[in-house]
Amino acid sequence: MLDLAGITINYEGRTILDNACLSVARGEIVSLVGPSGSGKTTLLRVIAGLELPSRGTVVIDNKLMTGIPTHKRDVGLVFQDNQLFPHLSVFDNIAYSLRIKRVSKALQIEKVNEMLSLIGMEDLARRDVGQLSGGEAKRIAVARALVADPFILLLDEPLTGLDAELHDRLLDDMGALLRARRTTVVHVTHDHNEATRLSDRVVDVRTLGQSGVQLQ
Amino acid sequence: MLVIPTTAIILRGATIEGFNDGFKDVINNSSIRQALWFTAWQALASTVLTLIVALPATFVLSRFSFTGNRALQALITVPFLLPTVVVGAAFLAVLPSQLHYTAIALIAAHAYFNLTVVVRIVGARWEQLHPGIEQAARTLGASPITVFRTVTLPLLRSALATASGVIALFAFTSYGIVRTLGGPARSTIETEIYTRSVLIGDMSGALALSVLQMIVLTAMLWWWASLHSRKTAVPQISVEMRPPSTRSQIALVYGIALSTAAVVIAPLTALLWRSLTHSAPGTNRFTLSGWRAVASSTTFSAISTSAQFALCAMVIATVLGLMVSLGVAYGSSRFVWLERISILPLTVSAVTIGLGLLITYDTAPYDFRSAWIITPLAHSLIALPLVVRIVLPVVQQIPRSLQSVASTLGATPLQTWLTVDRPLISRALGASAALAFAVSIGEFGATSFLTRRGSETLPVTISRLLSRPGDTLRTQAYALCVIIVVISMIAIFLIDMFRPSRKAK
Repeated sequence: MLDLAGITINYEGRTILDNACLSVARGEIVSLVGPSGSGKTTLLRVIAGLELPSRGTVVIDNKLMTGIPTHKRDVGLVFQDNQLFPHLSVFDNIAYSLRIKRVSKALQIEKVNEMLSLIGMEDLARRDVGQLSGGEAKRIAVARALVADPFILLLDEPLTGLDAELHDRLLDDMGALLRARRTTVVHVTHDHNEATRLSDRVVDVRTLGQSGVQLQ
Repeated sequence: MLVIPTTAIILRGATIEGFNDGFKDVINNSSIRQALWFTAWQALASTVLTLIVALPATFVLSRFSFTGNRALQALITVPFLLPTVVVGAAFLAVLPSQLHYTAIALIAAHAYFNLTVVVRIVGARWEQLHPGIEQAARTLGASPITVFRTVTLPLLRSALATASGVIALFAFTSYGIVRTLGGPARSTIETEIYTRSVLIGDMSGALALSVLQMIVLTAMLWWWASLHSRKTAVPQISVEMRPPSTRSQIALVYGIALSTAAVVIAPLTALLWRSLTHSAPGTNRFTLSGWRAVASSTTFSAISTSAQFALCAMVIATVLGLMVSLGVAYGSSRFVWLERISILPLTVSAVTIGLGLLITYDTAPYDFRSAWIITPLAHSLIALPLVVRIVLPVVQQIPRSLQSVASTLGATPLQTWLTVDRPLISRALGASAALAFAVSIGEFGATSFLTRRGSETLPVTISRLLSRPGDTLRTQAYALCVIIVVISMIAIFLIDMFRPSRKAK
């Protein structure tokens, strides 16, 4: 499903990841853990095609991704700070990927409503995203990435900054949702507890390199 | 006293005998209709061209850190701070003679002048746009063009509208550039007001046009203000700019940066070059005749007149601006009208101010029409809103508690002003003084109505030299332009030096 081979990332003369390898099976949820600056987020961005590795290859669904731009990779990414489109409503944020794929209006409404009911936010469809609470915005960001039905969903520290109660509730909701949909997920966090509760497999990013990883 | 001329036109316009005839004339006269049409479409075309030329530069300046980023930003600001007559002359110098006095030349000069409006207004917004928002769209399957169309452009829309409004306003009221580059065939409302009032002597027609101009400007400003109330909230974050990383990014960034720099520099270089060459058909030979003529008595007196007027306008505008700012900031809410009135000159064009002064002060007991002070007075009127906009925010930011502290320590109100307020606003005063000086040196719209033989300013002299046939006079005009460019550069440097630092804010 996802194969990373020999990924090396140098940034401003510093080696962030050296020769990292990782395989994720279809429907598997893998959590990458490691301290700040260990290259977890950068690796997600490499999978999404937002960063180019200095060396190494990314293979998704048996297709080599070298030279394939982000929008053709069919990956969803939930950003740490959500990055909801501030000029669009909740509904239009979730419908964004359907709209640019020219999905019919009726199907857009059906899929978005289904997503909204899955995350329990049916009554917020027309709300301005600037008026959402932290937890609501996070749910919308996940829904927006999931509605496109990507091959892989990448979660970049999705629950950071939420209070403990909300964190736990969202973690359980998200885990249930992802398992129900059999979504393949690479999840990045520095919280071991969150990683073990959400995922099938926890990998320390520092062990990804075959020849030992240089960390700051 | 300064407010009267800006309202005089409306009052005189409404009551003057023959005004109705003037208005009918405006509606019926085909050459005026042509001028109205030309004013409108050239303003629109200038806005579109400015956006086309400035947006690539705005993109690289607000998205990438690269060697020369700050220098390019400063360079793009230069045309906007140059006198419009000089910008017109620079385009005469750089364009082939076939393009002189064409709409293309005029529109190109407007785009050149307004580049910085787009870079500043749209760039400020673009910088705040988190790259993550665009990246989120990419991970959702949007191609770079789709990202630009569905995310970047909608988020920049209000900034683009604001910038377009400002450019359209400037192009609509452009006078110096049109007088220099338009030639007799290209008349706008502004030049038509001049032609009617000064050359033909049709005061009622000129007044009718001025009132029409004010109505259009007020409508544009109203539309512009309404745009500001419909902003999409963009997360206010400061994004660290990254250097271009891939080879294609490097080529794109430096390609755009260098070509924009070339566009800005070319007309200025052409001015210097043409001030040093005599062009006979087929040949170009080096000459210092233009520069020698600058030292002649008439031209030299223009330099000294301009300097005197600028100093005078600088003092009046700065003192009045300070008084208005202190009145608004420290006075009760009753003084808010002061601020509103002080920005009134922004809503009328310089030509209208010139005409207003001309008709207000031509009868007893205020018969100042031939007094030298009337020109610096007009200049200070034009600079006043700018001074207030620099000084007032600084005065308003001074915590009132500082004055309370000073008084509890035994300082009298005067001592408090001298030891607390004055040091905190002195930089803003310095910047506004330099700006008022620069505005006065380059002012042409109002001056062309008020100038008298023997007291011509530099821009008026340049315009006169350029309007006459003969290469020698042109060379002399270009040499004078170079002098103004140098003076303006010094003023820009001083404004920047005095600009209140971020720390002070």
